Amino acid sequence: MHVFSAIMHWERERERPVGKSLTSWASVPQLTNSPTVIVMVGLPARGKTYISKKLTRYLNWIGFPTKVFNLGEYRRDAVQTYKNFEFFRHDNEEAMQIRKACATNALKDISIYFSKDNGQVAVFDATNTTRERRVSIVGFAKENGYKVFFIESICNDPDIIAQNITEVKVSSPDYVNCDMEEALADFLQRIECYNQFYVPLDDEKDRNLSYIKIFDVGSRYLVNQLQDHIQSRIVYYLMNIHVTPRSIYLTRHGESELNLLGRIGGDSGLSHRGHKYAASLGSFLKGQKINDLKVWTSHMKRTIQTAEHLGVPYEQWKALNEIDAGVCEELTYEEIQEQHPEEFALRDQDKYRYRYPMGESYEDLVHRLEPVIMELERQENVLVVCHQAVMRCLLAYLLNKSSDELPYLKCPLHTVLKLTPVAYGCNVEPISLNVEAVNTHRERPVNVDVTRDPAEALKTIPDHF
Amino acid sequence: MREHLTAVGTEKAPCQTSIAEAIMSSREVVPSHPVSPRELTQNPLKKIWMPLPCKNGLPQKHISQRKVCMTNCPTLIVTVGLPARGKTYISKKLTRYLNWIGVPTREFNVGQYRRECVKIYKSFEFFRPDNEEGLKIRQQCASAALNDVRQYLADEGGQVAVFDATNTTRDRRLTITAFAEQNGFKVFFVESVCEDPEVIAENIVQVKLGSPDYMNCNTEEAMVDFKKRIECYENSYETLDEVQDRHLSYIKIIDVGRRYLVNQVQDHIQSRIVYYLMNIHITPRSIYLCRHGESDLNVKGCIGGDSGLSPRGREFSKHLGKFIESQEISDLKVWTSQMKRTIQTAEAVSVPYEQWKALNEIDAGVCEEMMYEEIQQHYPLEFALRDQDKYRYRYPKGESYEDLVQRLEPVIMELERQENVLVICHQAVMRCLLAYFRDKSAEELPYLECPLHTVLKLTPVAYGCKVESIVLNVDAVNTHRGRPENINIHRSTEDALQTVPAHL
Repeated sequence: MHVFSAIMHWERERERPVGKSLTSWASVPQLTNSPTVIVMVGLPARGKTYISKKLTRYLNWIGFPTKVFNLGEYRRDAVQTYKNFEFFRHDNEEAMQIRKACATNALKDISIYFSKDNGQVAVFDATNTTRERRVSIVGFAKENGYKVFFIESICNDPDIIAQNITEVKVSSPDYVNCDMEEALADFLQRIECYNQFYVPLDDEKDRNLSYIKIFDVGSRYLVNQLQDHIQSRIVYYLMNIHVTPRSIYLTRHGESELNLLGRIGGDSGLSHRGHKYAASLGSFLKGQKINDLKVWTSHMKRTIQTAEHLGVPYEQWKALNEIDAGVCEELTYEEIQEQHPEEFALRDQDKYRYRYPMGESYEDLVHRLEPVIMELERQENVLVVCHQAVMRCLLAYLLNKSSDELPYLKCPLHTVLKLTPVAYGCNVEPISLNVEAVNTHRERPVNVDVTRDPAEALKTIPDHF
Repeated sequence: MREHLTAVGTEKAPCQTSIAEAIMSSREVVPSHPVSPRELTQNPLKKIWMPLPCKNGLPQKHISQRKVCMTNCPTLIVTVGLPARGKTYISKKLTRYLNWIGVPTREFNVGQYRRECVKIYKSFEFFRPDNEEGLKIRQQCASAALNDVRQYLADEGGQVAVFDATNTTRDRRLTITAFAEQNGFKVFFVESVCEDPEVIAENIVQVKLGSPDYMNCNTEEAMVDFKKRIECYENSYETLDEVQDRHLSYIKIIDVGRRYLVNQVQDHIQSRIVYYLMNIHITPRSIYLCRHGESDLNVKGCIGGDSGLSPRGREFSKHLGKFIESQEISDLKVWTSQMKRTIQTAEAVSVPYEQWKALNEIDAGVCEEMMYEEIQQHYPLEFALRDQDKYRYRYPKGESYEDLVQRLEPVIMELERQENVLVICHQAVMRCLLAYFRDKSAEELPYLECPLHTVLKLTPVAYGCKVESIVLNVDAVNTHRGRPENINIHRSTEDALQTVPAHL
């Protein structure tokens, strides 16, 4: 009965919903109708691109198709070689024409993204420092029925600005043939070109616009006329992120008894090797001398047992529990193939959206993990001891992996990943602690058809006892 | 919800630990020894794994579990603003929300202290800035309130205290900040600024005219007096200043949420508070709560599962559809869970609906689709534990009400954002939502009456919620099992099944 209802549910997922049900069959309603254009505002080196990329990564992860449209990239396309800051002078008419054309092209592409590519949110990453420019964007949005939300970053701390320039500007394609000092000097003049004509969002004049102003990298925020759910989520996210250097350590629990037997799920304890790993992890962490490390585990025995070896306080999150495999809990893949062959095939067809009967999907997991991600953003140094599917979801968020890649990310036992935010992305250092463990990674087999042979289904199963 | 949770050894905060914290926290027990992992045992009620050994050879009574509130220091929320700016409305609503998500919170309204002190309110003259006697009394009241705040946060396991008063002068705010520092409390200001005369007038009508202060006045007299009262504060009002107060943590709410200024958010709980405050609104609207129509499993007396509607359930859905139509609700949103029975119910309502997995019924784990008699037969210990603490009890491989609340938090947040909504859900889920709107405690929540085929219409009014119960005249089984007298794990089967409702 359960298998049947799961398949029915599954069948429905694949069609476009008809009748009165509004949603795709995701676990959370979309709650948003019009596409939204997020418009960045601010002088160069104020973190606009950093925010654009990070926000886009977050929105995609929680299921809102989002894309960045970076005007600088359009300009680099149009003007193959960058000479110097003179291009940005207000009286450089030729350049102004080019820049205007680039903006128009970007907006055109945004329209296409919404109408043809099922985009939900577009982030228009440019300075947008004049009222005139912003008015034209609002006009464009109105014509097309898009909502507009401005994000303005204001910062006058010379240290922060210099730091930004060093981290991301000096290595930009614009400065490929300059040394650091030249680049810095030119960039500062570039900023000046904009500064002269910069009109920030105004309390009075812009009172009917929806926006957030971020002051000094988050010490203060001004939020005006929030219109809807997604803007509220965006604001919440922006108010929780920070730029303080720190590292996030991700690991699975040590090898468990059920791992050894090739069984999924359950709540077993660590194997002998699992204990060994946990002890090594403890020594490793001590060696790292991490400042003020927080340790998080799930509610499942194997992650807690792992944390117990570390000799430091830890906190348990139910949200970090492994994906619920429902009727397949504690089965081996061979048993799943035997007892639920159709389910097994359906899972291979769309591993991200597939939900185990009476269980969860990766998509469900992502929604479950959202508060964890939000708190990870607030925190500094954190070690998360979790599970294979959970780690894949967290990793996909941190490394901007698509929902297609996510369920197949490699997260082997007895490996720690050290993630350190740098520039616009994340540095990943895998650390293997040299304690053997079974492989639990099952690749997507070639044949995903429901009529396939058991042999084809079981082709990619890792070894076990 | 009113329990005090501590994490297993979160960083030691430089602030006073309450007695409750000291007992419950395992910070003291956290090993400084490097590599002797403690053995684990699973708490039978909550199914949480916790380490042994413990005090006096008994398992530790309380263990950490990550919920909310990373903060160890209690937090003092301080409202700021002229009278009739919504401070008490915000205080009460915020308190209700924080308690519901499991952060023990209490509000302290200085006006109430004043009413205790000065039994009879004469007129606005009491609030004149040159009324020395009045000032003295008001000062004393504020101090008394702060004293109670201290007691609540330091001795009674409170996590957040909301100090609800005008606090319109910098001086007064300095005093409070100093008090908080002395006691190791964090401070977060919530200022409400509003100059729209219509909004203010509406506030006065809704909550001031009915206040004990104006018991013996007619509407006009009360209105006039209250306006003069506001004037007494206006001259000395020092709003939170961008520059002068840049080191304070606060949110300034302008014109009932048109604009917000957020400064120096320190920690998780402040971030949650800001998010909540930015999502609430006061536009009049109604929330309709009901369960799915009677299901086939309901009829059999089985819990959980994913069955379809019984014939009477389908009848109810039709009635529900007609009822909704008759209400002529503007722009109604309809939400269901992802379980067949709520979706089938929604299908009869001719409004598009959206599905939330978060609205699914509580997962009864190994007890799914069992009748109570079967649960007693197969899991008598579990059955008893559940009766002992129904809120915290987690079914083996399932969930607890406490888990449900956490799961439902995004639904509540979105309900706050929305206007007219009909939520078609399930018994345990509806109890949780109802407890939020009606400010019911964790003890009451699992026993709230949410019968089948009944719609509750909730309309926010003044500081609370008007509840209208609409019974749609279609019979259904009763699914409400009251708490039996005998909750001992050794009780007889008869005692255990005493309160099971009748079924086929």
